[in-house]
Amino acid sequence: MTDHAYNFAYLDEQTKRMIRRAILKALAIPGYQVPFASREMPMPYGWGTGGVQVSAAVLTPDDTFKVIDQGADDTTNAVSIRSFFERTAGVATTTATIEASVIQTRHRIPEAPLTEDQILVYQVPIPEPLRFLEPRESETRKMHSLEEYGLMHVKLYEDISRHGHIATSYAYPVKVEGRYVMDPSPIPKFDNPKLGDMAAIQLFGAGREQRIYALPPYTEVVSLDFEDHPFEAPKADQLCGLCGAEDSYLDEVITDDTGGRLFCCSDTDYCEGRRKAGHRGPAFPGNEAAA
Amino acid sequence: MTPLLSVQGVTKRYGAQIGCADVSFDLYPGEVMGIVGESGSGKSTLLNCMAGHLAPDAGQVVFDTRADGPKDTVTMSEPERRMLGRTDWAFVHQHARDGLRMGVSAGGNVGERLMAVGARHYGDIRGKATDWLERVEIDAARVDDRPTTFSGGMQQRLQIARNLVTGPRRVFMDEPTGGLDVSVQARLLDLLRGLVRDMGLSAIIVTHDLAVVRLLADRLMVMKSGHVVEAGLTDQVLDDPQHAYSQLLVSSVLQV
Repeated sequence: MTDHAYNFAYLDEQTKRMIRRAILKALAIPGYQVPFASREMPMPYGWGTGGVQVSAAVLTPDDTFKVIDQGADDTTNAVSIRSFFERTAGVATTTATIEASVIQTRHRIPEAPLTEDQILVYQVPIPEPLRFLEPRESETRKMHSLEEYGLMHVKLYEDISRHGHIATSYAYPVKVEGRYVMDPSPIPKFDNPKLGDMAAIQLFGAGREQRIYALPPYTEVVSLDFEDHPFEAPKADQLCGLCGAEDSYLDEVITDDTGGRLFCCSDTDYCEGRRKAGHRGPAFPGNEAAA
Repeated sequence: MTPLLSVQGVTKRYGAQIGCADVSFDLYPGEVMGIVGESGSGKSTLLNCMAGHLAPDAGQVVFDTRADGPKDTVTMSEPERRMLGRTDWAFVHQHARDGLRMGVSAGGNVGERLMAVGARHYGDIRGKATDWLERVEIDAARVDDRPTTFSGGMQQRLQIARNLVTGPRRVFMDEPTGGLDVSVQARLLDLLRGLVRDMGLSAIIVTHDLAVVRLLADRLMVMKSGHVVEAGLTDQVLDDPQHAYSQLLVSSVLQV
C-alpha cells in the first residue's frame, strides 16, 4: 500500500544524495560529527527525525525494515515509524532482528548479534558529548579537532565524587579508534561493549542538531573510565520473568499498586524468540508455582 | 641567562584606537613584574596579547618552552599554544567566575588541568586536589562543594589552586585582588607571595593597586594610553617616580 504521492522513502532523491554523502564522510572518519542539511519531517523533533532521514537515505526497495524503541517493537514510536516507511517506501517490515537488513533504533542495541549484511540506525537527541560541560559549539568543535578531551573526565570525576562510582548509566561517552570522543546516543551503558567490533554498520542521525556520525564495521570503541574506577556494564541483578534469560538487559515493570513488579527483557523480539524455543521465566503465566 | 618571556614591540589596535603600542620587555625566571596604570591604559590588552587570548597586530612574544627552547607564541600553532595554556602557563582572572567552572565541584575544578594532560587515576587526582585546596587555605572537607557555595575570597583562592596545580612556570594575574575586601586581600596577597617564592614562579601582575605591586613585584612598568611611560625596580619607581603620570599615580594613593 505504497502512497504514490511521495518519492520512494518520502525524501526526494537530491536530499537522499546529500545525506548519503554525509554518511560516507562519517564512515570515513569514525566518530566525527558531520553536519548535514536536516529536512523538516512529518513528525516532531525528538521523535527520531534524524534516524528517519538516515533510514530513508539507506533504504532500498529490497530491504526489510525493523524499528525498535527502547528495545520494543510495539511502542507508539516504533509502530508509527514502521508504518511511515511501509506507506512511503513499501518496504517489507519485520520484528525479527535476524530477518531485518535495516534496523532503526532508539535507546537500545538488539540482544541478538548483528551481521555484516545489516545496518543499525540510531536516533540521537544530542550528538555532542561535551555539550553539558561546554555550551559553546565553536569551543567544542575546537576541542574535538585538537583532541582536548580532559573535560569529559571531569564529568566522570564529578560522578565519582558525588556518588562514589561512575553514575552515568546511559549515553556513556566512548572513544572511537583512539581519536574522537562520541556520544553513543542514550543507550544504556550495558550496551556499550556491543558498539565496538560490531559486524554491522552503525549510523547515528540527529535531526534537530543536524549531525550524522557513524561507526564502520569492526571499529575499536572504548568506554572512558579511570584506572581505579574501570568501566562496568551493569544490569538489574535478576532474570527475565517471562523467558528466564540471565544475559539480557531488563526493564522493571510495575504491575500493581502493592509493590508488585516484573523484570523482563527490554528486547521484545529476543524475549519472544526464547519463549517460542520453550524457555520460561518465573513469572510466566502458569509457571508461577514453579518459581 | 635566557629570559623566560621576551616581549618585543607588541602592538594591538582596535580600529583607530590604540590598545597597547610598541611594548618591549624581558621577564626572567623567578621574577615578578607588576604592570600598573589607570583604567583603559592597555594593561589588560597587553596581558591578553601575551597570554594568547588576543592576536597582536605586530610584535613577538617569545616564551622559553621546556621542549624546544625560545619560541614565538604569536606564530606558533594553536594546538601548541593551547597545550602550553594548560601546562606551563596560568591565567588568574579578576573575576573568579571567569576562571572557574561554577557547576563543577572544587575538586573537579582543580583536577581539570590534570585530566587535560592525561591523569586518569581518580585517587591521585583527588589527592592532589585536596592537597592544593589546603595549600590555598581552603578546608579539605569542602572538596566536593561547588564554587557557588564559596565566598569571593575562597573562589579567588580556588582559581589560583586550579591554575597552579600543573606547576606552571609563567603566571599572569589580572587584578587578582580586585573586588575583595581589605582583610581578605591581605590574606590573599600573603598566600600569593608565599606561593610565588616557594614555587619560583615568574609572574606578571596587572593591577591598579600600588600596594599590591609594592608587596609582590620585583619590577614595575607604568602604562598610560597604551604606552609604557616608565619601567624599573618597584621601590625605585614608587619612591622616586620620574614621569609626570607616575608621579600623579603615586600621589593619588589615599593615606589612612
